[in-house]
Amino acid sequence: MDRVGAVAVIGSGIAGMQASLDLAESGYRVYLVEKGQTIGGRMAQLDKTFPTGDCAMCTISPRMAGVTRHPNIKLIMNSEVTGIEGEPGAFKLTVRKNPRFIDEEACTGCGACAQVCPVQVPNEFASGVGMRKAAFIPFAQAAPLIYTIDKDYCINCGLCDLACEPDAIRHNQTESVQTLDVGAVVVATGYSQYDPSAILEYGYGEYPNVLTNLQFERMLSASGPTTGHVIRPSDGAEPKNIAFIQCVGSRDQNRNPYCSKICCMASTKEAIVAKEHAPDLDCHIFYIDMRAFGKGYQEYIDKAKSVHGVNYTRGRVARIFQDGASKNLKLMVENTETGKRLEREFDMVVLASALVPSPGAAELAGTLGIETTDYGFFGTAGGLSPFDTSREGVFVTGTCISPKDIPDTIAEASGASARCESFLKDSRGSLVEVKELPPEKDVSGEPRLGVFVCHCGINIASVVDVKSVAAEIGAKENVVYATDVMYACSNTNLSEIKEAIEEHDLNRVVVASCTPRMHEPTFRNACQEVGLNPYLFQMANIREHCSWVHSKEHDVATTKARELVNMAVSKARLLTPEQKGKTEIKKKVLVVGGGVSGLSAALETSRQGFGTILVEQQSRLGGYFNEVFSTMSGGGPDELLEPLTQAVSENQNIDVRLNSTLAGIEGFTGNFSATITGTDGESRENVGAIIIATGSQEKKPSSYFYGENPRVLTQNDLEARLKSGSKTFGTTVMIQCVEARDSVYPSCSRTCCIDAIKNAIVLKKLDPNNRVIILYKDLMSFGMYEDLYRDSQTEYGVEYMHYSDEMPVVSGGKDFLSARVFDPLVGREIEIAADHIILSTPQVPSTGFEKLQKALRVPLNDLGFFLEAHMKLRPLDFTSDGIFLCGNCHSPKELPLAAAQALGAASRACSILSKGFIETEATTSVVDTELCIGCGRCVAVCPFKAISLVENEAGEPKSDINTAMCKGCGLCAAVCPNKAITPRFFATEQILAMIDAALEA
Amino acid sequence: MTFEPKIITFMCNWCGYAAADLAGVSRLQYPATVRIIRTMCTGRFDPGFALRAFEKGADGVLVCGCHPGDCQYIEGNLKGKDRVEMTQKMLEGIGIDPERLRLEWVSASEGPIFAELVREFSETIRKKGPNPLKESVSKTEGGEEVAQI
Repeated sequence: MDRVGAVAVIGSGIAGMQASLDLAESGYRVYLVEKGQTIGGRMAQLDKTFPTGDCAMCTISPRMAGVTRHPNIKLIMNSEVTGIEGEPGAFKLTVRKNPRFIDEEACTGCGACAQVCPVQVPNEFASGVGMRKAAFIPFAQAAPLIYTIDKDYCINCGLCDLACEPDAIRHNQTESVQTLDVGAVVVATGYSQYDPSAILEYGYGEYPNVLTNLQFERMLSASGPTTGHVIRPSDGAEPKNIAFIQCVGSRDQNRNPYCSKICCMASTKEAIVAKEHAPDLDCHIFYIDMRAFGKGYQEYIDKAKSVHGVNYTRGRVARIFQDGASKNLKLMVENTETGKRLEREFDMVVLASALVPSPGAAELAGTLGIETTDYGFFGTAGGLSPFDTSREGVFVTGTCISPKDIPDTIAEASGASARCESFLKDSRGSLVEVKELPPEKDVSGEPRLGVFVCHCGINIASVVDVKSVAAEIGAKENVVYATDVMYACSNTNLSEIKEAIEEHDLNRVVVASCTPRMHEPTFRNACQEVGLNPYLFQMANIREHCSWVHSKEHDVATTKARELVNMAVSKARLLTPEQKGKTEIKKKVLVVGGGVSGLSAALETSRQGFGTILVEQQSRLGGYFNEVFSTMSGGGPDELLEPLTQAVSENQNIDVRLNSTLAGIEGFTGNFSATITGTDGESRENVGAIIIATGSQEKKPSSYFYGENPRVLTQNDLEARLKSGSKTFGTTVMIQCVEARDSVYPSCSRTCCIDAIKNAIVLKKLDPNNRVIILYKDLMSFGMYEDLYRDSQTEYGVEYMHYSDEMPVVSGGKDFLSARVFDPLVGREIEIAADHIILSTPQVPSTGFEKLQKALRVPLNDLGFFLEAHMKLRPLDFTSDGIFLCGNCHSPKELPLAAAQALGAASRACSILSKGFIETEATTSVVDTELCIGCGRCVAVCPFKAISLVENEAGEPKSDINTAMCKGCGLCAAVCPNKAITPRFFATEQILAMIDAALEA
Repeated sequence: MTFEPKIITFMCNWCGYAAADLAGVSRLQYPATVRIIRTMCTGRFDPGFALRAFEKGADGVLVCGCHPGDCQYIEGNLKGKDRVEMTQKMLEGIGIDPERLRLEWVSASEGPIFAELVREFSETIRKKGPNPLKESVSKTEGGEEVAQI
């Protein structure tokens, strides 16, 4: 039986959106099933994101728009999966659509219903801070923009019926059920937050000035309920000091034993943002271990302390007391660095509450027949198959597996897509929609403009005299048709626009309505459907930029609207048809690096049916894991490596090149020419995409008698000794953060703590007489590794001692080794006589990374790890299209994440190769070589290296823009001294015409 | 009647323009002084745009883009900032108050900040009075090109 080329993605947070986009781009039909009223998930609730401080909404809203507009993604909102039948590859999914009491097709999102709705309800999007109406959208940027009537609160007054011009209100709507035929399912239902009111000692729910971090996040948001002002709920006063309490409901045996992984960073970010709002505010974070293990995270914490003045105290808050009159909050806490008890009063407290499985997770697991973990998250096979559930064809991804940050979630989402893509390889492209368009008409004659001025119900027309605007613009030069329309974006009016284009032979169209960021694609499509090039369309924003912001000044708003429309018309006159470029694609992938990441990536690209070249600089495959004694699961590295290397070696589709390196690349996405240097000299290969997986290596220290005393080892040295059969090590002191988290290597290397725990357990298992003491700064047993940390103590008797800023001191002679460290329990330094000292040093980039960086022309961070396109949203992409990264060359990481990234990078690469050709952006820049003087200013300014100087026949250098690499920002046009460069659709004369039109009166 | 300035505003598609959209969605009221021209990046800002605007009688020019680090084109916003600063120097040289040209970072979620910026900048320009070039333009009959810049 043929597998179905469609995938159901359940949940539309950042994971579900990324999976949907990857799958849709890769040639699969996607049904994105969302329980709520908008896509976007948790990230849409955030104000800013760590460690870059990016505005969350700015970074997520283009992605939300991408999902809503993608022709291969069908959004099924307000819906839940209630059943699954059939077999892997051909499932029948039952989906129940709950009523929202609005006709989704008819609603234009104008918001008239919410304006008139008399019922105020606490806004759950703002975690209960702030209000919304019973007729509502969750937040201003909700997508798709469709209102919902909350029948729990609706009083059936009928005002919305009267206000709704398109007649979209359906008070009698009932639930409906549909069946989806899909080949695979991706579950991405995210997490929920632990309700801290169960922790009575913190008084959440009872003390008004104790908030959760999500509530606080909404408060910080400029578009939140307090427009970004931090105020105390009890009296509206600005707090002078705020305490942030970590591990609320996490790392707690009675509640959730695991670590929630993101809260240390989230609280630090919130403290920084709060201090940006009010510089004198005192922000104080109370923590057990500051777990800043991700890329650039430790640097972020250091900056929070040194630049922003955020205070940190190591200690778990025992209790909060509220002062009855002032509602101030007194915290009781023991500082575990000094052993002293503290009592301090704060104006406000923010609880970093645990991440827990979403409330419907158990039921959904039952429905889909997949297993859950002891903690109620979805279970996976783990290791190299981090997305496979107990049911074939059903994959899980993101925080519904375990808590994690946004970049890891996105990497995982791409990885889960890869699993679906190879599973449904033979059905790729079978269900995607290809739209047949009529041929484009010739528009070389005089401009013939049609202008449509939208009422948007009463949104525009109640403020702007729409009819007079239309009448006046109709008298302008080249305008052959001008009219007013009720809802330009409605299907009725779109048909009218199309008819007018044909009837009046229009060759330029202007719609004056809302923001082009919402409906420009809608109108461009309409133009295309009747043979008008979509770039001959221009919008005037007379709603967001006019009627809504000048709602009490009708005359002023009408005048402004008239000018805005005139500006649009002036630009439209000068518009030219633009074409997207097409270039062929080389259907082959190059993977650089033969470690676990590279092997996994190569296997996945070959499973998806693409020829793959795997380049490894050493003489054997396996990379880092060749050196280890055991993996986290307790087995030897062969258990992991052998199946992988065997599968790769036996695969006809994979061409393995050992002792080889990538010396250089030319070309661009879809069409690279790669030079590979091997033992037999150089060869050139044409590939469509490149995956970098060059891994990392352990830093060899130059401190603590390393290299002098044979009983001072690194963790890798220890594993080598274990491999050679040594079992007895006596008293072993492991020192964490050796030559890490210092001025040379300011990062946390993420894996050293869990590696140390792993090796400590190995030592204890091999010989119970081995005593292991781990000296650490912050123990990074993040997420579910907290179980490993706990078990190492309770089951194996591994001992732990914390040290603060002062590194432990090691003394050593020929037969003598000891480590000294301050013990807060006894209040003085203690000395531990040791048989072995094991140094946990950080991971550094693999040998040859500088050469590779030069060959690829991609950026590195300060530590020499490759720098991705966007630390939050594009963890696997480089800014140069067609080149991807995964594994430890990105930053140090644990095996399951490296495997997830490898699958994700493979998915990203295959989505390029799965297309017949690359469609390049139409709105790129173009050079007039007659005018170009070859000065090269544009070459220097281009952020994407899309411009080069090429000699013409006369031997003169001329600017040459590669449209496959150009992203249309227009920087080159701005610096061109001879105005030889034109960014299409944003041409200089078009912008000047708009300026002139604005100042005409 | 008080003088109502006219301010030509260049906004990047991703942040500035989105903030103005959000101000609209949030129904924040601000003076009808700005005329927004969308570009993909503030790095598209060309000194010639400001010169043209002032020549044609604009009382102010405002440029809004993403905060440093948020730029969709890596550092296009900073390149735009350099050019705005350069243009301000140029304006000073040709006798136009450089404070009539202003650049501000406004993120996509900063609708209220954008609305406040328009209020505040409009007030600043109102105090400065109309663009003196506009006066001279209206003094010459038929709107001859006065300021050949």
